[in-house]
Amino acid sequence: MSWTREDMAKRAAQELVDGYYVNLGIGIPTLVANFIPDGVDVTLQSENGMLGMGPFPYEGEADPDLINAGKQTITELRRTSYFSSADSFAMIRGGHIDLSILGAMQVSEEGDLANWMIPGKMVKGMGGAMDLVAGVKKVVVIMDHNARDGSAKFLKKCTLPLTGVKVVDMIISDIGVFEIGENGPILIELAPDITINDVKKRTEANFKIDKQLLPL
Amino acid sequence: MSKIFKDATSSLEGILFDGMTIMAGGFGLCGIPENLISALKDSGIQKITAISNNAGVDDFGLGLLLQTRQIKKMISSYVGENKEFERQFLAEELELEFNPQGTLAERIRAGGAGIPGFYTKTGVGTLVADGKEHKEFEGETYILETGLKADVSLVKAWKGDAEGNLVYRKTARNFNPMMATAGKITVAEVEELVDIGELDPDQIHTPGIYVQRVIVSKDLEKRIEQLTTRTKKEGK
Repeated sequence: MSWTREDMAKRAAQELVDGYYVNLGIGIPTLVANFIPDGVDVTLQSENGMLGMGPFPYEGEADPDLINAGKQTITELRRTSYFSSADSFAMIRGGHIDLSILGAMQVSEEGDLANWMIPGKMVKGMGGAMDLVAGVKKVVVIMDHNARDGSAKFLKKCTLPLTGVKVVDMIISDIGVFEIGENGPILIELAPDITINDVKKRTEANFKIDKQLLPL
Repeated sequence: MSKIFKDATSSLEGILFDGMTIMAGGFGLCGIPENLISALKDSGIQKITAISNNAGVDDFGLGLLLQTRQIKKMISSYVGENKEFERQFLAEELELEFNPQGTLAERIRAGGAGIPGFYTKTGVGTLVADGKEHKEFEGETYILETGLKADVSLVKAWKGDAEGNLVYRKTARNFNPMMATAGKITVAEVEELVDIGELDPDQIHTPGIYVQRVIVSKDLEKRIEQLTTRTKKEGK
């Protein structure tokens, strides 16, 4: 049984470390905020100019001057600070953000990421994704393991235009978790009832398998 | 000399021309100079190069100037909320230059600060790096990006005074402070005009030297793009 969106967000939340400054992308990554483990205090950065992002406002209390990078209305916390877009990306590019969790269309076995453009179709733009993957210390991708047509998204080489080169440190898909380090990708976890063979069949990239997952 | 103009239309008199470059502040529809964008539309000038993080939505923000075909080229980081933009771009009626958001912000900051170019690792190995100078610093590769300036910058602030000192509010700040520095002429639209001396000098975000003209916003809509809320019951 593969993981749901919530399961993937919950797994990604295990990468949060007490004291981290974290930027969450739009979509499933946003859900990670709902699963921050007890005793772990993280500060969420929103690249439109806010550190210390709070939850959605109560009905009737939304403020048009207070939105996140997905243009959703949000709230501030006691710790919140606001700043310009230049300061926000100085924070990101300058390596001050500990963790970025974002979505992907393709990832290569070297950690290249493609998530902003499909040639011939509409290009919406990269927004802050290129800056985030270039500057943030650790980059975690959450994505469905395969595209809707069943094709592999974890590839030897990306075929879509890149967002960054050798930037992805971890992939959390609906069937497993990979770490991508100096020696290439390692499969470190499997979703319930998913076998190593299932993962191999649905992956184009070469990867090693963590000892814990192998039969004794 | 007073920097205060009576309305948006008069504040743009004598500074607009066909083919000009205009910066407009805002992130999505948050912190956009609504009155100034309307006046720019009504001016009827053509072939604008617009530098703005987004392109508004179909019927609001810079989307208004796309509908009237007054924009020739956009320099933005994300335009996903605008269907008319998509149509014009696919029909090749509109030029588009995508910049990574942080690169765009820094290009504007640099332009206003007299810095013609800077090196960044954002975009190395991607389409963004094509044709740009590459240089290594301490073993890592960077690309050269250039500063951006505008003939006119249109910004939105919360409070301002007759000196042009500005204070922004919450995430409506976004691109406005850098754009204020990068316009040959900067026009600021403020929600509240206060007496000189009323703003705490330690808390001013944009010093008045960057701002040539000031108007007070009228009938601000402040449209919300994605209203997301929670109910009191589930609230923590």
